[in-house]
Amino acid sequence: MTDSALTGHAFDAHPHSDARAHDDHQMSFFARWFMSTNHKDIGTLYLIFAITAGIIGGAISGLMRAELAEPGIQYLGYWASFLPGGEQGLDHSLHLWNVLITAHGLIMVFFMVMPAMIGGFGNWFVPIMIGAPDMAFPRMNNISFWLLIPSFTLLLASPFFGGAGNGWTLYAPLSTYGEPGPSTDMAILSLHLAGASSILGAINFITTIFNMRAPGMTLHKMPLFVWSVLVTAFLLLLALPVLAAAITMLLTDRNFGTTFFDPAGGGDPILYQHLFWFFGHPEVYIMILPGFGIVSQVISTFSKKPVFGYLGMAYAMVAIGVVGFVVWAHHMFTTGLSVNTKMYFTAATMVIAVPTGIKIFSWIATMWGGSLSFKTPMLWAIGFIFMFTVGGVTGVVLANGGIDDYMQDSYYVVAHFHYVLSLGAVFSLFCGFYYWFPKMSGKMYNETLGQIHYYVFFLGVNVLFFPMHFLGLQNMQRRVPDYTDALAHWNWVATLGYKIMAASMLVFFVNVIWSLAKGKPAGDSPWGEGATTLEWTLSSPPPYHQFETLPRID
Amino acid sequence: MVLDGKLRTALFAVLGICFMTGLGWASIPLYRMFCQATGLNGTTQRALRAPGAVNQQIRIDFDTNVAPHMPWKFAPENPSETVDIGARDMAFFTATNTSDKPITGTATFNVTPSQAGKYFTKIQCFCFTQQTLKPGETARMPVIFFVDPKILQDPDASDVQTITLSYTFYPVDSAKAKG
Repeated sequence: MTDSALTGHAFDAHPHSDARAHDDHQMSFFARWFMSTNHKDIGTLYLIFAITAGIIGGAISGLMRAELAEPGIQYLGYWASFLPGGEQGLDHSLHLWNVLITAHGLIMVFFMVMPAMIGGFGNWFVPIMIGAPDMAFPRMNNISFWLLIPSFTLLLASPFFGGAGNGWTLYAPLSTYGEPGPSTDMAILSLHLAGASSILGAINFITTIFNMRAPGMTLHKMPLFVWSVLVTAFLLLLALPVLAAAITMLLTDRNFGTTFFDPAGGGDPILYQHLFWFFGHPEVYIMILPGFGIVSQVISTFSKKPVFGYLGMAYAMVAIGVVGFVVWAHHMFTTGLSVNTKMYFTAATMVIAVPTGIKIFSWIATMWGGSLSFKTPMLWAIGFIFMFTVGGVTGVVLANGGIDDYMQDSYYVVAHFHYVLSLGAVFSLFCGFYYWFPKMSGKMYNETLGQIHYYVFFLGVNVLFFPMHFLGLQNMQRRVPDYTDALAHWNWVATLGYKIMAASMLVFFVNVIWSLAKGKPAGDSPWGEGATTLEWTLSSPPPYHQFETLPRID
Repeated sequence: MVLDGKLRTALFAVLGICFMTGLGWASIPLYRMFCQATGLNGTTQRALRAPGAVNQQIRIDFDTNVAPHMPWKFAPENPSETVDIGARDMAFFTATNTSDKPITGTATFNVTPSQAGKYFTKIQCFCFTQQTLKPGETARMPVIFFVDPKILQDPDASDVQTITLSYTFYPVDSAKAKG
C-alpha cells in the first residue's frame, strides 16, 4: 500500500473510460486471479469458493434426505461400496452416515457460510464502505484465501482414507481413540488451516477498519455491515485460538500419546466439550452477525430510510458478541452440570434474546412508514427476519436446561439451528448476493427469476425444516440414519421440501449465468436514493483501484 | 505514519490471539483445579481426618471397572455399605492379575450423583498411587473415606440417599502403548 499513489489524481466517481479502467486488463489471468492482492478479486474468489463448497455440502444433504425419506437403510450400503475399503454392510453404512453428517456440517460452516460472509462480502465491501482503497494487508489477504484450498482439499480427501465420522464437533473420545486412521487427522488439520485463514482475515479486517477509514468516517458513522464484520473479526480473533488449542490436543492425544482428554491418563473428555463450545458458540454468531449487517443495509435501502436506532443496532451486535462468550455450556446441559450451573447458563443464554430482539424490532421499525419496494434483496431480508425469529424462539425454548434434557440431540435441535443458519444465514447470503450482484458484476440480475427463486426456496426450506420440530418432539434422534415407522410421514415431507429447495437452486444458477451473460447494465446505483453507502457512488463494477482520492464524509 | 498505526493494531490483534491460545492450553490445569475446588463432575475431595459421625446414615455403592484389554479382575468386597455421615469408614477391594506378566495399574475415580462429589472425602486410597500386581497375584486394596456432614445443608444434595463410588483401573503404560 503506497501512499504516493493516492496523490495526483482527483477523486473521480465515474471513471468510465479513463486509463485506470485498463488496469485489470494488463495482468495475465494467472497473475490476476492466483497472485491477487486486490480485495475485490479476492472477494470474488471467496464467493466462487463458497458457492462451490455450498454445492458440495448441499449435495451431501441431498444424500442424507434421500436416505431419510423412508424408514430403514436404503442407499447407504450401496454408496459405501464406492469408497475405498467400503463394502455393503450395516457397520459401513452407519459409518458412511457419520462421515456424511460430519462433512455436511464442516463444509457448510467453514467452507460455505464463513468464506461467503466474511471473505466474500466482507472483502468486497468493507474497504469500499469505509472509503479505503484496499485491505490493510493485501498479501495476507491472499494467504487467507489460498489457505482454504488445501484445507478444503484435506477435508474432501478424508473419505477416501476411511472417512472422518466424528460429527462437526469432533468430540473426544470418538475423535481420539475411537477412530484410528488418517482421515480424522486430515479433518483436524483441515480445521487448523481454515482457522489460520480466518484468524489472518480477522487481523486484516480489524486493522483495516481501525486505521483506514476515510476522513470523517467515524466509528459511529460506519455502515452497519462494517460494524458487523468488525464484531465478527473480534469473535474470530478470540474464539478460534481456543479451537486451535483444543484440536491440537486432539492431534497429540491421537498421535503422540498425550492424555488431555483420556481419563486413563488423568484427562477428561468433558474438557474437550468445554473448549470446543467456548469456540463453538461464538462461532454461530460469527456465521450470523455479518448477515445482520447485510440485512440492515438492504432493509434501509429498500425502505428509503436510514436504519432505525443505528447506535442501538451497532451496540446490540457488540452485546451479542460479548455475551456469546459466556453461554457455551448450554450446548452441554446433559453432561452432568450442577443445577446452579444450568441455571446460570439458562439465564445468560436467554439474555441474548434481548439484543437480538432489539435488532428484530429495529428492522421492523425501519420498514415502518418507509417507502418500501419489494425487490428480490428486500424479499430475502424480510424472509430472513421471519425465519430468524422462528429459529430464535426455538432457541429460547432450548435454552432451558430442564427442557433441553428432553430435547438434547433430537431433531428439534436440528430444526432450531437450521432455522437460524440454513434459513437465517443463507437467506442473508442470498440477500447480499442479489443486493450487490449488480455492483460486483455491473449487470442486473433477472428480477422475475430472482423472485421465483425466493418464493420457491422459502417454500422448500420451510417444508424441509418445519416438520423437524415435530420429529424432534417425538424424539427422533439426530445423527442416526434410521427411525421408527411412526416418523415416516414427516420425514417424507421433509425430503419433499428438499426437492423443492433444490429446484429453486436451479433457478438461481440459471439466473446467475443468464445475468452474467445477458444482464442489462446496472448503472452506478440501481437501487436509487435509498442506497446511501459509498459503494453506490462508484461505477458498477467498481474500478480496479477505487478512492485514489479519499472520499470525505460529513 | 500510516504503516505504524496499522502495524500497531495488527500487533495488538496478534497479542490477543496469543493470549487466547495461552488460555486454551492453560485451561488444562485450570480445569483440574476448578474440578477439585468445586467437586465438578463428581470429583472427590481429600482430607486427613474425619469430622465425626452425625445422627444420619447414607448408603455407599461401589462400582468397579477395568479398562478393555487389561487382564485384571477388580471387585469390591461388599457391593454396598451403609455408613454414618461424618464417620470414617474403610472399604476393601480385591484386584487380581490374571495374566502371566506383572502389570502396573492406576485407578481413576468419581462419584455419582455429581453434586455429592464435593462432600465425598477420601483420607487414604489405593487410587492415590500406582498399583503393581505380579502374575496371578491378588491384592486387597483399602479406601478410607467419610461423607462430609455439610451435605445435609446443601439444598441440591441433602436428599441424596445413595452415593455411588466408581473406580476404573487403567494400565499405566496404556497411553504409550496406544501411540
